[in-house]
Amino acid sequence: MSRYILKSLAAVGLALGLGAPSSAQDAAPDPADWKAVKQAAEGQTVYWHAWGGSNAINDYIRWAGDRLAERHGVTVEHVKLKDTADAVSRVIAEKSAGKDQDGSVDLIWINGENFAAMKEKGLLFGPWAEDVPNWKYVDVEGKPAVTSDFTVPTDGLEAPWGMAQIIFYHDTAHLTDPPRSIPEILEWAKANPGRFAYPQPPDFVGSTFLKQAVIELAPNPDVLQQPVNETAYVTATEPLWQYLDELTPNLWRSGAAYPQSSTRLIQLMADGEIDLALSIELNAPSNAIANYELPDTVRSYVLDGGTIGNASFVAIPYNANAKAGAMVLANFLMSPEAQARKQDPAVWGSGTVLAMDKLDPKDRARFDAIELGVATLTPAELGEALPEPHPSWMVRLEQDWTARYGVGQ
Amino acid sequence: MGTAPVTTVRMAGRRPRRARFLPWAPLVTLVVMLGPVLAGILGTLAPAFGYMPALQGTGLSLDPLRALLEWPGLSRAVMLSLGVGLGATAISLAIVTLICAGWAGTRSFTMIERLLSPLLSVPHAAAAFGLAFLIAPSGWLSRGLSPWVTGWTRPPDLLILQDPAGLSLIFGLVTKEVPFLLLMTLAALTQVRPASSLRVAQCLGYARITGWLKTVFPLVYRQIRLPVFAVLAFSMSVVDVAIILGPNTPPTLAVQVVRWMNDPDLALRFQAAAGAVLQLGLVLFGIGLWRLAEIVAGRLGKIWVSTGGRGWRGPDQVIRGAALILGATAALAVIAGLAGQVIWSFAGLWQFPDLLPDGFTWRNWNRYGAQLAGPAGETLIIAGAATGLALLLTLACLEAEHRHGLRPATRALWLLYLPLIVPQVAFLTGFQTLSIGAGLDGGRMAVIAAHLVFVLPYVFLSLADPWRVWDAKHDTTARALGAGPDRVLWMVRLPMLLRPVLIATAVGFAVSVGQYLPTLLVGAGRVPTLTTEAVALASGGDRRVTGVYALAQTAAALAPFALALVLPRLLWRNRKGLLHA
Repeated sequence: MSRYILKSLAAVGLALGLGAPSSAQDAAPDPADWKAVKQAAEGQTVYWHAWGGSNAINDYIRWAGDRLAERHGVTVEHVKLKDTADAVSRVIAEKSAGKDQDGSVDLIWINGENFAAMKEKGLLFGPWAEDVPNWKYVDVEGKPAVTSDFTVPTDGLEAPWGMAQIIFYHDTAHLTDPPRSIPEILEWAKANPGRFAYPQPPDFVGSTFLKQAVIELAPNPDVLQQPVNETAYVTATEPLWQYLDELTPNLWRSGAAYPQSSTRLIQLMADGEIDLALSIELNAPSNAIANYELPDTVRSYVLDGGTIGNASFVAIPYNANAKAGAMVLANFLMSPEAQARKQDPAVWGSGTVLAMDKLDPKDRARFDAIELGVATLTPAELGEALPEPHPSWMVRLEQDWTARYGVGQ
Repeated sequence: MGTAPVTTVRMAGRRPRRARFLPWAPLVTLVVMLGPVLAGILGTLAPAFGYMPALQGTGLSLDPLRALLEWPGLSRAVMLSLGVGLGATAISLAIVTLICAGWAGTRSFTMIERLLSPLLSVPHAAAAFGLAFLIAPSGWLSRGLSPWVTGWTRPPDLLILQDPAGLSLIFGLVTKEVPFLLLMTLAALTQVRPASSLRVAQCLGYARITGWLKTVFPLVYRQIRLPVFAVLAFSMSVVDVAIILGPNTPPTLAVQVVRWMNDPDLALRFQAAAGAVLQLGLVLFGIGLWRLAEIVAGRLGKIWVSTGGRGWRGPDQVIRGAALILGATAALAVIAGLAGQVIWSFAGLWQFPDLLPDGFTWRNWNRYGAQLAGPAGETLIIAGAATGLALLLTLACLEAEHRHGLRPATRALWLLYLPLIVPQVAFLTGFQTLSIGAGLDGGRMAVIAAHLVFVLPYVFLSLADPWRVWDAKHDTTARALGAGPDRVLWMVRLPMLLRPVLIATAVGFAVSVGQYLPTLLVGAGRVPTLTTEAVALASGGDRRVTGVYALAQTAAALAPFALALVLPRLLWRNRKGLLHA
C-alpha cells in the first residue's frame, strides 16, 4: 500500500518536474590528514543546525560563515532551529528511511541529553574532534566539562564550542539586595510573591534550576554524578519537592502558568512582571541592555555556593553530507580568533573553551582586549562552576516535576 | 488569476488531449492530496504501536498507548482540546451568523466586511503575538489605563494569558476564525440571493434577524458547513497559537504531542505517535459531536420556523447591536495587536506602564530588514506555485464534474477533509520519512508539494460550492447560442465566478504563507520562509524582532486579499449585478 502511494507520489513528482536534489560528496574524511580534509571541504555547503532564537548568536554564526567562505571556500547555511531536538528528529527520520548517506544535517549545536541520546543510538560521526588542529588550544585540564558532557564522555564525537553557567539577574531599581542561595530565594519569594519565575521544565534553563536546587538541598550531592538509581533519587530529591511545594504558590502566576523559555524571562522583567530571573548565557543581561530589551540598571550575580556550568558542542551526524566542511567549520569555531570574538559581549559574550596559557601572546591579547558589559560577570566573580549531574537525573527530575507541578494539581 | 489557462502543463494547447485529461483530474487531485496524508498516517500508526526500526522498535506492542494513558495530564489536555475547539467554533459561527443576519446588505455590513476580510490573511502566530501583548497584565490595554485608572505602577500578578481553562486561547482563535467564516459566508451569499428572501420575510412581518435566520441561514449553512468543520478540526489541533496563548499546565493535546516529539528522550517518540493517533480520534469525535448538535438544531429549527413567530423588533435591535460590537471587537483586537507589533518593531526601551516606547529607532529594521529578502522571495515562490497548482487542479476537477458528470458522492467529499482533519503533527512526520525515502526532501519542489496538500482542500472548499450552485441556465443559454464548453467556461462561467475564484486564490496563498511544520519538516530546514524564520526568532522572545517578521509575513499574505476585494470592483464597475455584495 505505502509503496504504491510512494510510487504514485514519485510519479506525480516527476510529472511536475521535481528532481532529487542530492549530490554525492566524500563520505568519511580522516581528520588526521587535515590537508585532505581541507581539500575535500572546498566547495561544500555545510548545513549547520543551531538554535535560532538569539539575534546575537545568529549574527555571530553569519560572521563565522563569511570567514569560512573567504578562507576555505565552504558555504555555511545556518538552519535556525526552535529546538535542537528538531535536528535530532531529522537524523532519526533519515535513518528510518534508510538514508545513511547525503543526510541533510551536517553539524548540530548540541549538548547534554541530546548528545547522550544520539551517542547511544549511534547517530554520530567520529571520533574526530580531538584530531583537528585547534584541539591543542582547548582547556582540557582546567575545564573538565569539555570532554565530559553532563558526565557522558564525549569520546571525540563532538567538539567543544562554548562554556555556559547559570547566572541570576535583577533590576537594581526594584531589587537592590537579591537572594544569594536557593533557600534565600524561597524566603525572598514568600516576602515578594509573584516576582520570581523559572522557565517550565523540560526547558533547559528550567531543568537546570531544578538541578541547581537539588545540588544545594540534597543531603549528599555527590550521588548526582552517578547514573540515577531509585533509592539515591528518593533521598536526594525529597528536600527539593518540599522546597518547591513552598515556592510554587509564591511564583509568578502562583505557578499556574510558566514562561516557556529563558529569553521570555527577559521580556517579563522588561515588562515589570518579575524582579528576579536566571539565564545560562553569561552575557544575556548585558546583551539585552544593549538591545534596549532591559534597562541599564540590571545586574547579574551567581549564588554563594556557585552555580552549575556546562560546555556546549558541535557534532556531526553519522550520515552528514559535508563531513569535511563540517570539520573545517568546527575547527574554525575552536580557533582563538573565533573564540575571542565569541567572548566579546558586544558580539555574543559566551565563555571560551580555550586555555589562555596554551595561546601565543598575540592570541592572548585578543582576549585581554575584550571589554565586559555592565551586567556581565568577570571569570573571578563567576567562580568555579558546579558540575552538571548525570543526564539520567535530569530525565527523572523533569518527569516528576511535570507530574507534580506541570499538569495542574 | 481569473484568466489563467485551465490547460495543464503537460496537455498545453492540444484540445483533444485535454479533453481526455479532464476525466482524470479528480483522480490526480486525490493522489496529490491524499497520497502524502495516507502514507503519513501509516507512518504515524506504526510507531504508535511500537514499530520504528530506527529506534529499535521492531515488534508490535501496546506500550506506547499505555505510556500515553499513564501521563498524568492526559484527561485535562483532552478536555481542554475538545472545549477549546467546540467553544471557538461555536462562538465564531454565532458571531458570523448574527452579523450576516443583522447587517447583510447594509452599509455597515460593507464596512465590517472591509474591516474583517484583510484580517484573514494575518498569519495566526502574528495575530496571537499581537493579542498576547494586548491583553497581558503588563500589556497595552493595561498600560493605557495605568496608573491613572488602575493605580498600578507595576503590573498585577493576574492570570489572563495562558489561563488553565483556555479562554484567552479561545479568544485568539475566534478573532482569526470570524474573518475566515465570514469570507466563506460571503462567498456563499453570492449564490443564494439573500436580499430577495429577506425582503419577502420582512414583508410578511418578520423582524430582520428572525427572518434571516428562518429563510437564509438554512441555505447558507449548507454551503459553509465544510468550512465550519475545518474550523473545528483546526481549533482542536492548532499548535502555534496554543503555544502562545494557551495554557501549559498541561497544554492542549496537540501541543503536548509536539513537546514529546521534541524531547531529547527518543523513546518518547512512540508516546508522541500514540498521542497523535489519539488527537486524530479526538478530532473525529469533536466532529461527531458537532454533527449531533447540527441534527438537534435542525429539528428545533424546523419547529421554530413552522410556529411562524415573527420575532420582536426590540430584542432584534439589541442582538444586531451586540453582533456588531462582537465582530468589531474581534477585528479591532487583531488590528490593535498588529499596531502593537508595528510599534515594537521601531521600539527602543519600552517598559510598563509607558503607553509608548522611550524612543523610536530604525535599528531593528536595519538589522533584520535585509535578511527578509531571501525568505520573502522563497515564501512568494512557494505560495504562488502551490496556489497556482491547487487552482488548476480544482478548476479541472470542477469542470470535469460539470462536463462529464463526474460528481463525487457526498461521502467522497470527506476525502477532501483528510488533510484538514488529520492533525498536522501526526501525518507530517510520517510524510517526512516518505519524502526522504523518495529522495524528494530538502528542496523547494518538495515543500511546494507538501504545501499543496494543505492548500488544495482550502482552495477546493472555497470554490466548489459557489461553482456548483452556479445557475446552469447560463450554460444552456450560451450553448444554445453556439458556444462550445470551453468558450462557456472562459466567457461566461469564470467571469461570473471571478469573485469566488479570487477569494479561493487568496485563501490558498494565505494558507501557504502560514505553514510552519510542513515547511520545516519536508524542507529539511533548508527552505527558509518568513514563517519558519519568524517562529525560530520568536522563540527568542524579543518582541522587536517578532514584530519585524510578523509584519513581513502579514504583508506577504495580505496582497492577494487586497486584489480579491479590489479586482471585481474594478472589472465590474459597469456590471453591478455581478457583485452581490
